[in-house]
Amino acid sequence: MNAAMLRLRLRQALPSLAAPVVAVLLAAALCGVILAVSGHDPFSAYGEMFSFGTTEGSLLVAANKAVPLYLSAMAVAIGFKMGLFNIGVEGQYSVAIVVAAAAGAQVNLFPPLHVTFIIVVAMLSGAAWATIPAVLKVTRNVSEVISTIMMNAIAAGTVAFLVNRWRDTSETQLIKTKEIPESGWVGNIAQVSGAEKLSAFVLIAAGFGVVMWLVVTRTRFGYDLRMSGANPTAAAVSGVNPKAMTIKAMLISGAVAGTVGLPVLLSENIFHRYTQDFPTGLGFTGIAVALLGRNHPAGMAVAALLFGFLERAGQGLQLVDVPPEIVTIMQGVVLLTAVIAYGVAERIGEVQLQRATARELAAEREKLEGAESTDEQVPS
Amino acid sequence: MTTAAAPRPLAEDLLEPSEPPRKALSPELRWALFAVTGVAILSITRVISGATDLTSSGLVVETLRLTVPFALAALGGLFSERAGVVNIGLEGMMILGTWFGAYGGWQWGVWGGLAFGMLGGAMGGALHATATVIFKVDHIISGVAINLLAPGLCRYLSAAIYADAGEGAGVRQSPPVKGDFPTITITPLSDALGSIEDHHWFFVSDVAGMTRGLVTGLSLFTLGVIVLPPLVWWLLWRTRFGLRLRSVGENPWAAESVGIKVMTRKFVAVAISGVLAGMAGVFIVTVTTSTYSEGQTGGRGYIALAALIFGNWRPVAAAGAATLFGYSDAVRLRGSSGVAVHAFLLAGAIATGLLTVVALVQRRWRTAAMTGTVSVGLLIWYLTTDSLPREFLPYTPHIVTLVVAATALRKLRMPKALGQPFHKGEAH
Repeated sequence: MNAAMLRLRLRQALPSLAAPVVAVLLAAALCGVILAVSGHDPFSAYGEMFSFGTTEGSLLVAANKAVPLYLSAMAVAIGFKMGLFNIGVEGQYSVAIVVAAAAGAQVNLFPPLHVTFIIVVAMLSGAAWATIPAVLKVTRNVSEVISTIMMNAIAAGTVAFLVNRWRDTSETQLIKTKEIPESGWVGNIAQVSGAEKLSAFVLIAAGFGVVMWLVVTRTRFGYDLRMSGANPTAAAVSGVNPKAMTIKAMLISGAVAGTVGLPVLLSENIFHRYTQDFPTGLGFTGIAVALLGRNHPAGMAVAALLFGFLERAGQGLQLVDVPPEIVTIMQGVVLLTAVIAYGVAERIGEVQLQRATARELAAEREKLEGAESTDEQVPS
Repeated sequence: MTTAAAPRPLAEDLLEPSEPPRKALSPELRWALFAVTGVAILSITRVISGATDLTSSGLVVETLRLTVPFALAALGGLFSERAGVVNIGLEGMMILGTWFGAYGGWQWGVWGGLAFGMLGGAMGGALHATATVIFKVDHIISGVAINLLAPGLCRYLSAAIYADAGEGAGVRQSPPVKGDFPTITITPLSDALGSIEDHHWFFVSDVAGMTRGLVTGLSLFTLGVIVLPPLVWWLLWRTRFGLRLRSVGENPWAAESVGIKVMTRKFVAVAISGVLAGMAGVFIVTVTTSTYSEGQTGGRGYIALAALIFGNWRPVAAAGAATLFGYSDAVRLRGSSGVAVHAFLLAGAIATGLLTVVALVQRRWRTAAMTGTVSVGLLIWYLTTDSLPREFLPYTPHIVTLVVAATALRKLRMPKALGQPFHKGEAH
């Protein structure tokens, strides 16, 4: 019986473990078709991506690129845990990064304190930007999907507005904020050459991941959060205030979103200040990473590393004259195949469970019927 | 019981003849009232602020140009959501429409562009339908995936095809589309209305200016879209096709039990949705501008989705909401100095002031206090400033969307089974 249970468990777990692998292979095949249709040899393209992407330096860069994506995915996942879809990470981090850059340039503190100060300012600004959709959701019942998308657009205007007010006046050509003093920078933990390095921010991101896992799975708050997402009625009946929970989840999500741009701001030598060519789109890619990693801190780390690897390896495609934009397509296709594969795996698991239960019930009934017939035989 | 109750109203009428029975306005009358009030508010605002552009014929032309993509995409969303599939992928389908529309237009002229763009949108729709209807992927997740995928695909295709195409094209821009859709002008009417408009009379000139915009240089494409909302209403509410489409969005299990092929219906509806969103993209690259350039949809698909929701999932109302967003976009585009957008503050103050009066008459004190405060606040803001920060001007429609979402009276009813997965034969 116990062995049978174990086998059943394993059989149920197998589809959900195989799903991401199948998804990645399927996505590679689909993108191969796109490559072939547009007149490129998919095998040589993939070969080039692999050989360029797996050098020591490239792997460091891939891990470094994964850090902001991981933070962004975590912000999205916190909302998902209670059924909120925070598409606004993009706007939250872009506003937060300008405020943090400007504030960080104003002070001159002891190094760890300076970095902490900048992180706190960024988190507060991200949370503040998320307050508007949160309040609209609980007071006016405005869908957070609509309001955060609008807030993303308005964030672009706000960023322009703030940068113009706080710009470095010694710079006449480019519009940028003042440089953050060196005490606010975050160094590298590994470096192969100039740009091929891994920022120490990866440790901070990993710390965030551990805290998130602890809070979500080991605290009362995390339990309430998950219950509100899984069954709002049950949560409300058990005494969770859904409005307060929505506000809390949205603000925490916004606070984490505020940190998304920090690895770039504090560790990249070309930045250390906000300029107009600061990377955008990290918030949207984060949604894909969260979905791919199934909102689990470890799963999202794997997904972020995969996306970082794809982005870095894609640069190798230029050597064989393939537009590196194929990487964006790959990321989108992986997301779609992954959610489809997860769905199919879940369905297979359900069906297997139903069949196993039916089998056991049938066996039980047979046993009972057998017992009954022997009972009948006794009196005769 | 009935015999006893029947004479009662008569008796009450005799006792209190001064109080007429309160009758709810018919929907048509209410919309007409809204429209007249809206024009009146704008007219007053124009007279006070001197922002003549608020009701000029040029502005109406601009409004139409900007409204059409919103309206088309919103109608696209209507098909999908009435069949029970949430379509946040409208933005992505619209992007596909812009790229394929521009490619077709570059190769074979505008009509080829239209056909090709519709095909591109349909591809997006079919992808969304495959994921949501066949594989039961969460509708919002699939939509977001399409919104990620579409710009990536378009950039890849641009890098592959437009990079060396010449004619000002590059990895982010297509060569210009060949030709234009034919335009219509009713010259005598246009001239007569023009002379009335130039007098700047209160209300009369405003109506004349707005009408003139409708009969001057109207693109055939635009004309087609103006008649589309009633047509869609007829199709969805007065034909067998429409009844079946809506039934799978309200109760797919019941629909299945009477023999409707739910999966097929949903698939077709989402594909139509993609076609309409693709048309919205084509309009942008053929009428609004004449080239594809990256990021030119600028989140219009999302605003269209908001318009659909404010329109309570009804075609004419959704087109009306789309017009509101198109109008606010047009005002900020034409008033480059921001004077006209600044006048929005005054219009808002007057509108909330009117709402306050209505609430006071109906003795709803809390509402009156709230709208009254907003009205006074907007008025103070208007009087103490000369313009709004120019950095925010490009995002006027987004801000208007958010404000409308927050203040609109919400008696909305969405399709009952919207967003729910449907498994074939599940309810048997």
